Amino acid sequence: MGLAKRIIPCLDVENGRVVKGVNFVDIRDAGDPVEIAQRYNEQGADEITFLDITASHEGRDTTVHTVEQIASHVFIPLTVGGGIRKVEDIRTMLNAGADKVAINTAAIHEPELVRRASERFGAQCIVVAIDAKRVDDVDGQPRWEIFTHGGRKPTGINAVAWAQRMAEYGAGEILLTSMDRDGTKNGFELGVTRAISDAVDIPVIASGGVGNLQHLVDGIVEGGADAVLAASIFHFGEYSVPEAKAYMAERGIEVRL
Amino acid sequence: MGGIVGVIDYGMGNLHSVASALEHVGAEQVIVSHDPAEIRRADRVVFPGVGAIRDCMAEIHRLGCGELLREALEQQHKPVLAICVGMQALMDSSEENGGVDCLGLVPGEVKFFGAPLHDAEGARLKVPHMGWNRVRQRIDHPLWQGIEDQSRFYFVHSYYVQAQNPELVAGELDYGVQAHAALARDNLFAVQFHPEKSAGAGLTLLRNFLNWNGQC
Repeated sequence: MGLAKRIIPCLDVENGRVVKGVNFVDIRDAGDPVEIAQRYNEQGADEITFLDITASHEGRDTTVHTVEQIASHVFIPLTVGGGIRKVEDIRTMLNAGADKVAINTAAIHEPELVRRASERFGAQCIVVAIDAKRVDDVDGQPRWEIFTHGGRKPTGINAVAWAQRMAEYGAGEILLTSMDRDGTKNGFELGVTRAISDAVDIPVIASGGVGNLQHLVDGIVEGGADAVLAASIFHFGEYSVPEAKAYMAERGIEVRL
Repeated sequence: MGGIVGVIDYGMGNLHSVASALEHVGAEQVIVSHDPAEIRRADRVVFPGVGAIRDCMAEIHRLGCGELLREALEQQHKPVLAICVGMQALMDSSEENGGVDCLGLVPGEVKFFGAPLHDAEGARLKVPHMGWNRVRQRIDHPLWQGIEDQSRFYFVHSYYVQAQNPELVAGELDYGVQAHAALARDNLFAVQFHPEKSAGAGLTLLRNFLNWNGQC
């Protein structure tokens, strides 16, 4: 009996509104990130991840305001990702009330950003987000490569080696998204989840592809993940966080009930 | 309820969450400052902290926050709640950053969890210790009131506290080692977890702190 495996609902937010909204029976504003975050908190979510997909520079001020609002009303950890490019962006989000920031593309362009951020703010708040795609070797051995631009642009970087390097640079956690599975509802890509979980000492969050509750169990048991992140299965009311936790607990996974 | 709460701010990280949570559970006023005149106005004091201990201690010394804390604890006898690195800073020293002297207000050490780390069944444990773990209450204390034994709190840390005097241990956690999750001595209560991020149980602890007269 010890540390619980975490369930993390993820909100995609654009210009201060949750994209596509949610489908909870009794919610007033399906696009309000604060109300949705509060609802997940009441359901017993272990953390909230907030992915900012706002493109415009002006929209970033709205994002900061939204983070402030969530942090004033929801007393569980909040991770903010999307558009984090420099140390100043990290400082802004932490000051607004984020507990962690997720760095993705910027780490690939400038790996030293992760080292500097970790030294300045502490490893506990630096999450490195990795978008991986399976690109097997010629001999058929599984290999995963990092892709940027929503999975369209290959980087040639081996995802497992990258995770190890980011851990050495001071990342406190890895958020691993399988671009092959994202949006498919076919479950996590367990091969890369297991490979990275085994390769690093820091916690790994599995993301991309959750379609049912067994997928969450598989991510923990088969993939070795420390936490599972999902969006649509929770947003559209297919499953609630308590249902997910009950299902996992029945299968021997330690969760916070 | 609670009166004025002074949150000692030595510039290491965001104290927004601590202040919001204290306001949420009913603090009349929350002052976030390192100005002695401001903190002296407070009825009770929170000593938070995130980040690396070497930088934290450097700022604590530079801004005179150690003396401020000592004054609140030992001269004014105000209720004091230390959180996370704030708890670690109370100890004699920490292994982090190659070894750092801390405030020495509570005898004991801050140690690295170690890697590789394993639980009793041999399963591998990740470091940082990040997430919701159970806290085993070792004593009855006003700050535990209404919180069930073995409740889960949110932790995020790679170093853990080992106090010298077992009588000061108010709560324990298991994560490969047995670590001290909470310490209590007179008007001081210190926690390794983040009550401001621990949902219901954490907010109850903060509410208890606002109602606490500093007696055990």
